[in-house]
Amino acid sequence: MKAAAQSARVVSQRGITGEIARIAAAYQGRGEVQPRLDYPPYRSSLLRHPRSPFVCVDPDEVECWAPCFGNHEVEPRDADLTAGHPGEPIGERIIVTGRLLDATGKPVAGQLVEIWQANAAGRYLHARDQHDAPLDPNFTGCASFVTDTKGRFAFETIRPGEYPWRNHYNAWRPAHIHFSVFGPAFATRLITQMYFPGDPLLPFDPIFNSVRSKTARERLIALFDWETTVPEYGLGYRFDIVLRGRDETPMENKP
Amino acid sequence: MTEQKNPESLGEAVPQVLSLTTYQTVGPYFKIGLEALYRDDLAKPNIPGQVIEISGTISDADLTPVPDAVLELWQADSFGRYMDQPQKKPFEDSFGFGRVPTNEAGRFHFRTIKPGAIQGETPARQAPHILVSIFMRGLLYRLITRIYFSDEAGNADDPVLRSIEPRRRDSLLAKANPAQPYRYEWNIFLQGENETVFFDI
Repeated sequence: MKAAAQSARVVSQRGITGEIARIAAAYQGRGEVQPRLDYPPYRSSLLRHPRSPFVCVDPDEVECWAPCFGNHEVEPRDADLTAGHPGEPIGERIIVTGRLLDATGKPVAGQLVEIWQANAAGRYLHARDQHDAPLDPNFTGCASFVTDTKGRFAFETIRPGEYPWRNHYNAWRPAHIHFSVFGPAFATRLITQMYFPGDPLLPFDPIFNSVRSKTARERLIALFDWETTVPEYGLGYRFDIVLRGRDETPMENKP
Repeated sequence: MTEQKNPESLGEAVPQVLSLTTYQTVGPYFKIGLEALYRDDLAKPNIPGQVIEISGTISDADLTPVPDAVLELWQADSFGRYMDQPQKKPFEDSFGFGRVPTNEAGRFHFRTIKPGAIQGETPARQAPHILVSIFMRGLLYRLITRIYFSDEAGNADDPVLRSIEPRRRDSLLAKANPAQPYRYEWNIFLQGENETVFFDI
Protein backbone atom coordinates (compact mmCIF):
# COMPACT_ATOMS: atom_id res chain seq x y z
CA MET A 1 0.00 0.00 0.00
CA LYS A 2 1.36 3.36 -1.02
CA ALA A 3 0.20 5.07 2.15
CA ALA A 4 1.99 2.58 4.35
CA ALA A 5 5.20 2.92 2.37
CA GLN A 6 5.04 6.67 2.72
CA SER A 7 4.54 6.54 6.46
CA ALA A 8 7.51 4.20 6.86
CA ARG A 9 9.90 6.55 5.10
CA VAL A 10 11.73 8.87 7.46
CA VAL A 11 11.68 12.37 6.03
CA SER A 12 13.51 15.47 7.16
CA GLN A 13 11.84 18.73 8.14
CA ARG A 14 12.94 20.07 4.76
CA GLY A 15 10.92 17.33 3.06
CA ILE A 16 7.84 18.01 5.20
CA THR A 17 8.16 21.76 4.66
CA GLY A 18 8.29 21.08 0.90
CA GLU A 19 5.12 18.98 1.07
CA ILE A 20 3.36 21.69 3.08
CA ALA A 21 4.45 24.31 0.52
CA ARG A 22 3.26 22.25 -2.47
CA ILE A 23 -0.19 21.77 -0.93
CA ALA A 24 -0.31 25.49 -0.07
CA ALA A 25 0.62 26.44 -3.65
CA ALA A 26 -2.13 24.21 -5.05
CA TYR A 27 -4.70 25.65 -2.63
CA GLN A 28 -6.86 28.08 -4.53
CA GLY A 29 -8.20 29.98 -1.54
CA ARG A 30 -11.57 28.26 -1.62
CA GLY A 31 -12.12 29.09 2.02
CA GLU A 32 -11.85 25.57 3.38
CA VAL A 33 -13.33 25.79 6.83
CA GLN A 34 -11.81 22.71 8.43
CA PRO A 35 -8.41 21.08 8.18
CA ARG A 36 -8.03 18.39 5.55
CA LEU A 37 -8.53 14.86 6.84
CA ASP A 38 -6.21 13.67 4.08
CA TYR A 39 -3.09 15.71 4.76
CA PRO A 40 0.00 13.62 3.96
CA PRO A 41 2.55 15.88 5.73
CA TYR A 42 0.83 14.74 8.93
CA ARG A 43 1.85 11.09 8.61
CA SER A 44 -0.64 9.72 11.12
CA SER A 45 -3.49 10.90 8.88
CA LEU A 46 -2.54 8.52 6.04
CA LEU A 47 -4.13 5.35 7.37
CA ARG A 48 -6.78 7.01 9.49
CA HIS A 49 -8.90 9.10 7.15
CA PRO A 50 -11.93 7.86 5.22
CA ARG A 51 -11.86 8.13 1.43
CA SER A 52 -15.57 7.78 0.63
CA PRO A 53 -17.66 10.95 0.47
CA PHE A 54 -19.56 11.80 3.62
CA VAL A 55 -23.31 11.28 3.63
CA CYS A 56 -25.12 14.55 4.28
CA VAL A 57 -27.69 14.59 7.05
CA ASP A 58 -29.99 17.54 7.56
CA PRO A 59 -28.78 19.01 10.86
CA ASP A 60 -32.19 20.25 11.89
CA GLU A 61 -33.09 16.71 12.77
CA VAL A 62 -31.72 15.18 15.96
CA GLU A 63 -28.32 16.84 15.67
CA CYS A 64 -29.88 20.01 17.06
CA TRP A 65 -29.69 18.51 20.51
CA ALA A 66 -26.54 18.33 22.54
CA PRO A 67 -25.27 16.96 25.77
CA CYS A 68 -25.01 20.01 27.99
CA PHE A 69 -22.96 20.28 31.10
CA GLY A 70 -23.50 22.99 33.64
CA ASN A 71 -21.87 24.48 36.68
CA HIS A 72 -22.69 21.29 38.56
CA GLU A 73 -19.80 19.63 36.82
CA VAL A 74 -16.97 21.99 37.77
CA GLU A 75 -15.49 23.68 40.83
CA PRO A 76 -14.02 27.20 40.55
CA ARG A 77 -10.58 25.83 41.43
CA ASP A 78 -10.75 23.52 38.40
CA ALA A 79 -9.83 26.53 36.24
CA ASP A 80 -6.40 27.02 37.85
CA LEU A 81 -3.82 24.61 36.51
CA THR A 82 -1.16 25.99 38.85
CA ALA A 83 -3.16 24.99 41.96
CA GLY A 84 -3.98 21.71 43.63
CA HIS A 85 -0.43 20.53 44.24
CA PRO A 86 1.90 20.95 47.20
CA GLY A 87 4.04 23.53 45.39
CA GLU A 88 4.11 25.87 42.41
CA PRO A 89 4.70 24.36 38.98
CA ILE A 90 7.93 25.28 37.21
CA GLY A 91 7.53 27.59 34.25
CA GLU A 92 6.27 30.90 32.99
CA ARG A 93 2.90 31.69 34.56
CA ILE A 94 0.25 32.90 32.07
CA ILE A 95 -3.37 34.01 32.23
CA VAL A 96 -5.57 32.93 29.34
CA THR A 97 -8.92 34.63 28.80
CA GLY A 98 -11.38 34.40 25.96
CA ARG A 99 -14.95 34.25 24.80
CA LEU A 100 -16.99 31.48 23.30
CA LEU A 101 -18.97 33.01 20.41
CA ASP A 102 -21.20 31.93 17.58
CA ALA A 103 -20.46 33.02 14.02
CA THR A 104 -22.50 36.21 14.45
CA GLY A 105 -20.46 37.21 17.50
CA LYS A 106 -23.12 36.33 20.07
CA PRO A 107 -21.76 34.88 23.32
CA VAL A 108 -22.35 31.20 23.98
CA ALA A 109 -23.02 31.00 27.71
CA GLY A 110 -22.99 28.11 30.14
CA GLN A 111 -20.82 25.79 28.07
CA LEU A 112 -18.29 23.34 29.41
CA VAL A 113 -14.71 23.78 28.20
CA GLU A 114 -12.09 21.09 28.86
CA ILE A 115 -8.39 21.81 28.32
CA TRP A 116 -5.15 19.87 28.55
CA GLN A 117 -1.51 20.63 27.89
CA ALA A 118 2.16 19.68 28.36
CA ASN A 119 4.23 21.08 31.22
CA ALA A 120 6.86 23.80 30.84
CA ALA A 121 9.40 21.20 29.68
CA GLY A 122 7.08 19.98 26.93
CA ARG A 123 6.20 16.71 28.69
CA TYR A 124 2.67 15.37 29.09
CA LEU A 125 1.63 13.48 32.19
CA HIS A 126 0.72 10.46 30.07
CA ALA A 127 2.11 6.91 29.86
CA ARG A 128 2.72 7.27 26.11
CA ASP A 129 4.89 10.38 26.52
CA GLN A 130 8.29 9.04 27.54
CA HIS A 131 10.55 11.57 25.83
CA ASP A 132 13.61 12.94 27.58
CA ALA A 133 12.13 15.84 29.58
CA PRO A 134 11.17 15.99 33.25
CA LEU A 135 7.69 15.63 34.67
CA ASP A 136 6.69 18.32 37.14
CA PRO A 137 5.27 16.94 40.41
CA ASN A 138 3.32 20.18 40.78
CA PHE A 139 1.63 20.12 37.38
CA THR A 140 -1.02 17.81 35.92
CA GLY A 141 -2.02 19.88 32.88
CA CYS A 142 -5.81 19.70 32.75
CA ALA A 143 -8.71 21.97 33.69
CA SER A 144 -12.41 22.41 33.04
CA PHE A 145 -14.70 25.39 33.39
CA VAL A 146 -18.06 26.72 32.18
CA THR A 147 -18.44 29.93 30.18
CA ASP A 148 -20.25 32.76 32.03
CA THR A 149 -23.35 34.64 30.84
CA LYS A 150 -21.21 36.66 28.43
CA GLY A 151 -19.51 33.54 27.06
CA ARG A 152 -16.30 34.40 28.87
CA PHE A 153 -13.73 32.08 30.41
CA ALA A 154 -10.41 32.61 32.18
CA PHE A 155 -7.76 30.28 33.49
CA GLU A 156 -4.29 30.42 34.88
CA THR A 157 -1.54 28.03 33.85
CA ILE A 158 2.11 27.85 32.85
CA ARG A 159 3.19 28.23 29.27
CA PRO A 160 3.49 24.73 27.77
CA GLY A 161 6.83 23.81 26.23
CA GLU A 162 7.46 22.76 22.64
CA TYR A 163 8.13 19.05 22.32
CA PRO A 164 9.57 16.52 19.88
CA TRP A 165 7.34 14.01 18.08
CA ARG A 166 7.93 11.28 15.53
CA ASN A 167 6.14 12.56 12.46
CA HIS A 168 9.50 12.93 10.72
CA TYR A 169 13.18 13.32 11.65
CA ASN A 170 13.76 16.13 14.19
CA ALA A 171 10.07 17.04 14.31
CA TRP A 172 8.92 19.50 16.98
CA ARG A 173 5.41 20.64 17.82
CA PRO A 174 4.81 24.33 18.50
CA ALA A 175 3.62 25.15 22.03
CA HIS A 176 -0.12 24.64 22.34
CA ILE A 177 -3.06 24.05 24.66
CA HIS A 178 -5.84 21.62 23.67
CA PHE A 179 -9.45 22.89 23.96
CA SER A 180 -12.62 20.78 23.90
CA VAL A 181 -16.02 22.52 23.68
CA PHE A 182 -19.53 21.11 23.24
CA GLY A 183 -21.53 24.19 22.25
CA PRO A 184 -25.33 24.23 22.05
CA ALA A 185 -25.82 21.40 19.53
CA PHE A 186 -24.30 18.07 18.51
CA ALA A 187 -23.18 19.86 15.35
CA THR A 188 -21.20 22.51 17.25
CA ARG A 189 -18.83 20.10 19.04
CA LEU A 190 -15.25 21.32 18.65
CA ILE A 191 -11.82 20.10 19.70
CA THR A 192 -8.94 22.38 18.76
CA GLN A 193 -5.53 23.69 19.82
CA MET A 194 -4.52 27.19 20.90
CA TYR A 195 -1.07 28.33 19.73
CA PHE A 196 1.14 31.21 20.87
CA PRO A 197 1.99 34.32 18.83
CA GLY A 198 5.45 34.40 17.35
CA ASP A 199 6.14 30.68 17.82
CA PRO A 200 8.93 29.96 15.32
CA LEU A 201 7.71 26.37 14.85
CA LEU A 202 4.30 27.30 13.42
CA PRO A 203 5.31 27.48 9.73
CA PHE A 204 6.85 24.00 10.01
CA ASP A 205 4.04 22.19 11.82
CA PRO A 206 1.90 19.86 9.68
CA ILE A 207 -1.00 19.85 12.15
CA PHE A 208 -1.29 23.65 12.25
CA ASN A 209 -0.84 23.84 8.47
CA SER A 210 -3.49 21.21 7.76
CA VAL A 211 -5.83 24.21 8.01
CA ARG A 212 -5.45 25.67 4.55
CA SER A 213 -7.13 29.05 5.07
CA LYS A 214 -4.74 31.66 6.46
CA THR A 215 -7.58 33.44 8.26
CA ALA A 216 -8.63 30.19 9.91
CA ARG A 217 -5.02 29.41 10.94
CA GLU A 218 -4.63 32.84 12.51
CA ARG A 219 -7.79 32.25 14.54
CA LEU A 220 -5.91 29.40 16.29
CA ILE A 221 -3.16 31.74 17.55
CA ALA A 222 -3.82 33.53 20.85
CA LEU A 223 -3.15 37.27 21.07
CA PHE A 224 -0.84 38.74 23.66
CA ASP A 225 -3.01 40.91 25.91
CA TRP A 226 -1.73 43.83 28.02
CA GLU A 227 -5.15 44.20 29.64
CA THR A 228 -5.01 40.83 31.36
CA THR A 229 -1.27 40.86 31.99
CA VAL A 230 -0.74 41.04 35.75
CA PRO A 231 2.19 43.17 37.02
CA GLU A 232 5.02 41.19 38.59
CA TYR A 233 3.03 37.99 37.98
CA GLY A 234 2.28 36.75 34.48
CA LEU A 235 1.53 37.53 30.84
CA GLY A 236 -2.03 37.59 29.52
CA TYR A 237 -3.18 35.86 26.34
CA ARG A 238 -6.54 36.14 24.65
CA PHE A 239 -8.17 33.28 22.74
CA ASP A 240 -11.70 33.63 21.38
CA ILE A 241 -13.41 30.52 20.06
CA VAL A 242 -16.02 30.85 17.32
CA LEU A 243 -18.46 27.96 16.92
CA ARG A 244 -20.47 27.15 13.82
CA GLY A 245 -24.25 27.57 13.98
CA ARG A 246 -26.43 24.61 14.81
CA ASP A 247 -28.18 24.71 11.43
CA GLU A 248 -25.21 25.61 9.31
CA THR A 249 -24.63 23.91 6.02
CA PRO A 250 -22.18 21.06 5.98
CA MET A 251 -18.45 21.53 6.12
CA GLU A 252 -17.01 22.48 2.79
CA ASN A 253 -14.23 19.99 2.51
CA LYS A 254 -14.84 16.31 1.96
CA PRO A 255 -12.40 13.48 2.36
CA MET B 1 -37.23 23.29 9.84
CA THR B 2 -37.91 26.42 7.82
CA GLU B 3 -35.84 29.49 8.38
CA GLN B 4 -37.42 31.95 10.81
CA LYS B 5 -37.64 35.51 9.50
CA ASN B 6 -38.01 38.16 12.14
CA PRO B 7 -39.73 41.16 10.49
CA GLU B 8 -38.19 43.55 12.99
CA SER B 9 -34.72 42.61 11.92
CA LEU B 10 -35.31 43.36 8.25
CA GLY B 11 -33.42 46.42 7.17
CA GLU B 12 -30.88 46.10 9.95
CA ALA B 13 -27.26 45.65 9.06
CA VAL B 14 -26.31 42.07 8.34
CA PRO B 15 -24.44 40.84 11.41
CA GLN B 16 -20.75 40.41 10.94
CA VAL B 17 -19.87 36.80 10.31
CA LEU B 18 -16.74 35.73 12.14
CA SER B 19 -14.42 33.12 10.76
CA LEU B 20 -14.91 29.86 12.60
CA THR B 21 -12.43 28.23 14.91
CA THR B 22 -11.31 25.10 13.13
CA TYR B 23 -10.68 21.63 14.47
CA GLN B 24 -7.23 20.33 15.34
CA THR B 25 -6.48 16.72 16.20
CA VAL B 26 -6.94 15.55 19.81
CA GLY B 27 -3.47 14.04 19.54
CA PRO B 28 -2.26 11.08 21.61
CA TYR B 29 -2.60 12.59 25.09
CA PHE B 30 -6.32 13.47 25.26
CA LYS B 31 -6.81 11.24 28.29
CA ILE B 32 -5.36 14.00 30.51
CA GLY B 33 -8.15 16.40 29.62
CA LEU B 34 -11.04 14.15 28.65
CA GLU B 35 -10.85 11.37 31.22
CA ALA B 36 -12.93 13.23 33.82
CA LEU B 37 -16.00 12.67 31.63
CA TYR B 38 -15.26 9.09 30.50
CA ARG B 39 -18.64 7.33 30.76
CA ASP B 40 -19.00 3.74 29.57
CA ASP B 41 -22.22 2.99 31.44
CA LEU B 42 -25.13 5.19 30.36
CA ALA B 43 -27.76 2.89 31.86
CA LYS B 44 -29.03 3.99 35.25
CA PRO B 45 -31.54 2.37 37.58
CA ASN B 46 -34.03 5.23 37.20
CA ILE B 47 -33.99 5.19 33.38
CA PRO B 48 -36.57 2.77 31.96
CA GLY B 49 -35.74 0.57 28.98
CA GLN B 50 -33.78 -2.44 27.82
CA VAL B 51 -30.16 -2.49 28.95
CA ILE B 52 -27.82 -3.34 26.09
CA GLU B 53 -24.05 -3.63 25.61
CA ILE B 54 -22.15 -2.63 22.49
CA SER B 55 -18.54 -3.54 21.74
CA GLY B 56 -16.31 -3.20 18.76
CA THR B 57 -12.91 -2.48 17.28
CA ILE B 58 -11.66 0.55 15.37
CA SER B 59 -9.33 -0.39 12.52
CA ASP B 60 -7.20 1.72 10.20
CA ALA B 61 -6.53 1.27 6.47
CA ASP B 62 -4.12 -1.61 7.17
CA LEU B 63 -6.73 -3.23 9.46
CA THR B 64 -4.49 -2.45 12.42
CA PRO B 65 -6.56 -1.78 15.56
CA VAL B 66 -6.45 1.82 16.79
CA PRO B 67 -5.46 1.88 20.49
CA ASP B 68 -5.64 5.66 20.95
CA ALA B 69 -9.14 6.69 19.86
CA VAL B 70 -12.04 8.05 21.89
CA LEU B 71 -15.73 7.77 21.00
CA GLU B 72 -18.49 10.05 22.15
CA LEU B 73 -22.04 8.78 22.21
CA TRP B 74 -25.23 10.77 22.20
CA GLN B 75 -28.63 9.14 22.17
CA ALA B 76 -32.34 9.38 22.96
CA ASP B 77 -34.00 7.47 25.79
CA SER B 78 -36.21 4.42 25.24
CA PHE B 79 -39.13 6.70 24.29
CA GLY B 80 -37.06 8.38 21.57
CA ARG B 81 -36.64 11.62 23.55
CA TYR B 82 -33.39 13.49 23.96
CA MET B 83 -32.69 14.74 27.46
CA ASP B 84 -34.39 18.10 27.90
CA GLN B 85 -33.22 21.03 29.98
CA PRO B 86 -30.08 19.18 30.96
CA GLN B 87 -28.48 22.21 32.55
CA LYS B 88 -31.17 22.25 35.20
CA LYS B 89 -29.79 19.10 36.72
CA PRO B 90 -26.36 17.68 37.42
CA PHE B 91 -24.79 15.59 34.71
CA GLU B 92 -25.02 12.49 36.87
CA ASP B 93 -28.84 12.74 36.76
CA SER B 94 -29.04 13.23 33.02
CA PHE B 95 -29.06 10.64 30.28
CA GLY B 96 -27.70 10.17 26.80
CA PHE B 97 -24.00 11.08 26.81
CA GLY B 98 -21.15 8.60 26.80
CA ARG B 99 -17.41 8.87 26.22
CA VAL B 100 -15.28 5.73 25.80
CA PRO B 101 -11.64 5.32 24.81
CA THR B 102 -10.33 2.30 22.91
CA ASN B 103 -8.00 -0.05 24.77
CA GLU B 104 -4.60 -1.38 23.65
CA ALA B 105 -6.38 -3.82 21.32
CA GLY B 106 -8.39 -1.03 19.68
CA ARG B 107 -11.57 -2.27 21.41
CA PHE B 108 -14.29 -0.19 23.00
CA HIS B 109 -17.25 -1.29 25.07
CA PHE B 110 -20.22 0.47 26.63
CA ARG B 111 -23.51 -0.30 28.31
CA THR B 112 -26.65 1.72 27.77
CA ILE B 113 -30.43 1.71 27.35
CA LYS B 114 -31.57 0.88 23.86
CA PRO B 115 -32.87 4.13 22.34
CA GLY B 116 -36.42 4.33 21.02
CA ALA B 117 -37.43 5.43 17.54
CA ILE B 118 -37.12 9.18 17.00
CA GLN B 119 -40.10 11.25 16.01
CA GLY B 120 -38.32 14.08 14.19
CA GLU B 121 -39.61 17.53 13.33
CA THR B 122 -40.11 16.33 9.79
CA PRO B 123 -42.74 13.60 9.42
CA ALA B 124 -40.12 10.93 8.79
CA ARG B 125 -39.54 8.73 11.79
CA GLN B 126 -36.02 7.59 12.46
CA ALA B 127 -35.21 4.06 13.55
CA PRO B 128 -33.47 3.68 16.94
CA HIS B 129 -29.86 4.74 16.74
CA ILE B 130 -26.95 6.27 18.65
CA LEU B 131 -24.93 9.24 17.34
CA VAL B 132 -21.18 8.71 17.49
CA SER B 133 -18.28 11.17 17.27
CA ILE B 134 -14.80 9.72 16.80
CA PHE B 135 -11.56 11.45 17.77
CA MET B 136 -7.98 10.21 17.56
CA ARG B 137 -4.40 11.12 16.74
CA GLY B 138 -4.13 11.29 12.97
CA LEU B 139 -7.69 12.50 12.59
CA LEU B 140 -7.70 16.23 11.89
CA TYR B 141 -11.36 16.65 12.79
CA ARG B 142 -13.99 14.41 14.25
CA LEU B 143 -15.76 11.72 12.30
CA ILE B 144 -19.50 11.40 12.80
CA THR B 145 -21.39 8.16 12.36
CA ARG B 146 -24.43 6.30 13.74
CA ILE B 147 -25.08 2.96 15.36
CA TYR B 148 -28.33 1.32 14.19
CA PHE B 149 -29.46 -2.12 15.36
CA SER B 150 -29.60 -5.17 13.10
CA ASP B 151 -32.76 -6.46 14.82
CA GLU B 152 -34.93 -3.38 14.20
CA ALA B 153 -37.67 -3.72 11.59
CA GLY B 154 -37.88 0.10 11.44
CA ASN B 155 -34.50 0.29 9.68
CA ALA B 156 -36.22 -0.34 6.34
CA ASP B 157 -38.08 2.97 6.63
CA ASP B 158 -35.34 5.07 8.19
CA PRO B 159 -34.71 8.09 5.94
CA VAL B 160 -31.01 8.27 6.75
CA LEU B 161 -30.35 4.57 6.13
CA ARG B 162 -32.37 4.76 2.93
CA SER B 163 -30.19 7.62 1.68
CA ILE B 164 -27.13 5.34 1.77
CA GLU B 165 -26.29 2.88 -0.99
CA PRO B 166 -27.40 -0.60 0.17
CA ARG B 167 -23.96 -2.25 0.21
CA ARG B 168 -22.64 0.37 2.66
CA ARG B 169 -25.62 0.43 5.03
CA ASP B 170 -24.34 -2.65 6.79
CA SER B 171 -21.46 -0.66 8.30
CA LEU B 172 -23.95 1.20 10.51
CA LEU B 173 -25.67 -1.89 11.91
CA ALA B 174 -24.67 -3.23 15.31
CA LYS B 175 -25.10 -7.00 15.04
CA ALA B 176 -27.15 -8.71 17.69
CA ASN B 177 -25.38 -11.70 19.16
CA PRO B 178 -27.78 -14.69 18.90
CA ALA B 179 -26.13 -16.45 21.83
CA GLN B 180 -26.12 -13.43 24.12
CA PRO B 181 -29.24 -11.34 23.75
CA TYR B 182 -28.86 -7.59 24.12
CA ARG B 183 -25.17 -7.70 23.27
CA TYR B 184 -24.14 -6.12 20.02
CA GLU B 185 -20.95 -5.99 18.00
CA TRP B 186 -20.23 -2.90 15.90
CA ASN B 187 -16.87 -2.31 14.24
CA ILE B 188 -15.47 0.83 12.69
CA PHE B 189 -13.27 0.77 9.59
CA LEU B 190 -11.61 4.12 8.96
CA GLN B 191 -10.54 3.41 5.39
CA GLY B 192 -10.69 0.66 2.79
CA GLU B 193 -13.10 -1.84 1.33
CA ASN B 194 -15.41 -1.97 4.35
CA GLU B 195 -15.07 1.69 5.23
CA THR B 196 -17.74 2.82 7.68
CA VAL B 197 -20.28 5.38 6.49
CA PHE B 198 -19.50 8.78 7.99
CA PHE B 199 -21.79 11.78 8.02
CA ASP B 200 -21.56 15.46 7.33
CA ILE B 201 -23.98 17.55 9.36
